[in-house]
Amino acid sequence: MRAPMPTPRGALTEALADGLRGHGVLRCVEPDSHDDAALALWMLYELHHRGLEGVDDALEWDPALLVLRARLEHDLEERWRDRARDLARPAQERLADGEDFAEVFFDLCAADTGGESLARFVQREAVTDQVLALLRQRSVYHVREQDSAMWALPRLDDETKAHLVAIAADEYGNGYPDHLHAELWRRGMTACGLDTGYAAYVDEALPEVLDQNNLMSMLGLHRRLVPAALGHLAAFEVCSAVPSRRMVRGLERLGMPEPIADYYREHMVADAVHEQVAVRRMLGGWVAREPHVADDVVWGAAVCLAAEQETATAVLASVRGGTTHDRPGDREAVA
Amino acid sequence: MSGERTTPREVLLCPDGPVLIPGPVTVEDEQGVKHHSERPVVAVCRCGASSVPPWCDGSHKQVRRRPATAVPTPRSGRELEDY
Repeated sequence: MRAPMPTPRGALTEALADGLRGHGVLRCVEPDSHDDAALALWMLYELHHRGLEGVDDALEWDPALLVLRARLEHDLEERWRDRARDLARPAQERLADGEDFAEVFFDLCAADTGGESLARFVQREAVTDQVLALLRQRSVYHVREQDSAMWALPRLDDETKAHLVAIAADEYGNGYPDHLHAELWRRGMTACGLDTGYAAYVDEALPEVLDQNNLMSMLGLHRRLVPAALGHLAAFEVCSAVPSRRMVRGLERLGMPEPIADYYREHMVADAVHEQVAVRRMLGGWVAREPHVADDVVWGAAVCLAAEQETATAVLASVRGGTTHDRPGDREAVA
Repeated sequence: MSGERTTPREVLLCPDGPVLIPGPVTVEDEQGVKHHSERPVVAVCRCGASSVPPWCDGSHKQVRRRPATAVPTPRSGRELEDY
């Protein structure tokens, strides 16, 4: 159930892997690339999720590791405060002017972030090997679908909490472990001949994919960022149903196994419910009761949209062998 | 369970979207076919464009925009693309 220890990608992850395995004091080194920093933070967050193979669980709260985590998180948050600012601002201004929350939020999620959609690529032109490569990238998140957002739960007021649980209950199978979305994902992966082990493909994960996962962990873990965590979750739901339908069309076009199409079929229906509950009930109510959370709710949503666009661009470049195209696409996430 | 319901069930008509109904629920469609869902909440399609009727699949976002109050948006050319 633990994540495998990833292969280091630079000086920092090298030193961190040594430190985590208990080989002496953690050496203080700078990351030598975005890739190195992103993987180091992913490893540190993994201590809070399921743990890493061969690592003492007590290190989850090791002060030296927390200092390193805080430094990497600071860089990540600064970068995404900046990266999502322009996307968030119009929605923040409309809310400050008293416009309807749901309308503003859905408009934000429909805004063009200027890149290409992965689901559209799968629907129209991907070949099977490219889809399999994409599934391996997605698996870093889907094996622990929704988990990071659950850290927000005890920090919420009762009403917001109740709506979040309503969404989460569905994600976690409504009491039936067989129906857990992460379990549907594993069935799909098995049918495709892929490894269903937890974090099995982390060594293949692009830095943008690691960032996307790290952002969710960061927003969930910090009480200060809880409004952004829920904004992120809602945007994820809003950008899921329609792209899931495109995924199904593409998987059918390629004749890929039914269980993987079933995973996306479930999301067409489930997330069409979740987006309404998340935006109208969970966030709409919360923002009405506590208007000061609005700006960070919107920022969290903008982070979700922008991070998905970066992931899509990077994954497409990777599966196409290094070429990128710019074409408008709809948001997607598949929650 | 006493069998007696003291509060009426709340159904939400989402503007430009589905109707949210507390589940589990059985929906009988126009052809008399019954569709059952165990979800705690279901979203039933109101726009007629869903690919999985009677449930909503988010298609309303692609086939129409809110009427009357809004000027038509320049996305009409993309409305039905790839539908």
